[in-house]
Amino acid sequence: MVHLKAEGIKKSFDGRTILDGVSLELKEGELVSLLGASGGGKTTLFQILAGLSLPEEGHVFIGEREVTGKPGNVSYMLQKDLLLPYRTVIDNVALPLLLSGMRKKEAREKAAGYFELFGLEGTEKKYPSQLSGGMRQRAALLRTYLFKRPIALLDEPFSALDMLTKHAMHEWYLKVMEEIKLSTLFITHDIDEAILLSDRICLLTGSPGKITKEILIKEPKPRSAEFHLSEEFLEYKREITKHLLDGKIR
Amino acid sequence: MIRKSQSITNKLWSCSAVLGLLLLWQGVCSAGIIEAYLLPSPISVGRALITEFPALMEHGKITLKEAFAGLFLGVVLGFLIAVIMDRFHGLYRAFYPVIVLTQTIPTVALAPLLVLWFGYEMTPKIILIVLTTFFPVAIGLLSGFQSVDPDEVTLLRSMGAGNVSIFRYIKLPGAMGQFFSSLRISASYAVVGAVISEWLGGFGGLGVYMTRVKKAFAFDKMFAVIILISVISLLLMKGVDYLSKKCMPCEQI
Repeated sequence: MVHLKAEGIKKSFDGRTILDGVSLELKEGELVSLLGASGGGKTTLFQILAGLSLPEEGHVFIGEREVTGKPGNVSYMLQKDLLLPYRTVIDNVALPLLLSGMRKKEAREKAAGYFELFGLEGTEKKYPSQLSGGMRQRAALLRTYLFKRPIALLDEPFSALDMLTKHAMHEWYLKVMEEIKLSTLFITHDIDEAILLSDRICLLTGSPGKITKEILIKEPKPRSAEFHLSEEFLEYKREITKHLLDGKIR
Repeated sequence: MIRKSQSITNKLWSCSAVLGLLLLWQGVCSAGIIEAYLLPSPISVGRALITEFPALMEHGKITLKEAFAGLFLGVVLGFLIAVIMDRFHGLYRAFYPVIVLTQTIPTVALAPLLVLWFGYEMTPKIILIVLTTFFPVAIGLLSGFQSVDPDEVTLLRSMGAGNVSIFRYIKLPGAMGQFFSSLRISASYAVVGAVISEWLGGFGGLGVYMTRVKKAFAFDKMFAVIILISVISLLLMKGVDYLSKKCMPCEQI
């Protein structure tokens, strides 16, 4: 079943066309990565999908419903964790609940129930500045999750983490995604990360940006650590790198 | 722990400096280098503080009342101005220069006019204090509102938040730091403003008392009231610090 669908998205800034005729689909439970060079319009596309920005042409659907330019329908997580420094961790993650009109006490109780699943037990009363980078990112993910939308748009959520933490976060994220039945559209410029996590990779190249290639990653999930070092992995990587470089040169 | 012992050492240094200056002052007066009617010695100032204590308290109460009323109204006005200007950018561009202009008018020049218009009672004094205290609060809050991370706003918008929620969850708490540093300035302005407005006419208050003892050439009492005004200002600032610690527990880590 198709969950999120974008059709013929076109967007320009100051007369320069950033995206032209971008279409993509996200099916239920799927993790799709959007891979492309920086400044290629990935974040712009995400803002359109999240309803924060209006495209000049094209439409965004969730299921049958058109949501072009309507925020609040998908969870959206940015590169920065954006935990508010003056709120405790629990009050930060409970923010989407408060925004939906839930009472403070109830929101806190509900949020507290997920702290263990997200590996955050014991941090409820702390402030974000007291947490490590990985923990902060997990808290941000819990906040995204508590927004309770079945679709998550993640804009380079792990790019600021060191390699080991990143690996741990990948495994953990796939596990959580499975558990809470989340579909994810994922921006990254890290090819390895994209191959490891995705069911499908869309390559956004050129100027104006278009999705010029889709690659299915057939390796079943959960993927073992060996996959990272296998010949197939390298084959995928070769294919993607070649395509991205070709797009650049042209 | 280290920070604490460091701050104790710092205090020790500043205390001994003050003590040294007082000793020097007393020495100069006792030795008769400066005539007593020109510069009273610290001991005679202390004596004046004690003998005049009831009168000082009586006048102090009036000054404090004016300062608090003015500060409160000034903060409210500053807050409203900041919120409105942040919300409506056109108003910001139109009125920001006007507000800055109000601050270029010297308080001492304005006070007699206010007395003429509003009489010798509390009203002109409170108006003057409001005029001096709203400004730091308005400017501080405004820059606090405007310095919020636009990505935080985007995040809340993506969760379907409207302007009110964005104000409540991001802008207001994000501006608290700047608000309290402005409030600190406004609190000291409030006391000084009250005293200045009392100089120019009134029935009671530390400023009125000050003009009276000045006319009587009672310089020891003059110094006593100056000390009292400083102490009040310091206490008010401490109060603001305490309040800011209570309101921003995240700064305490």
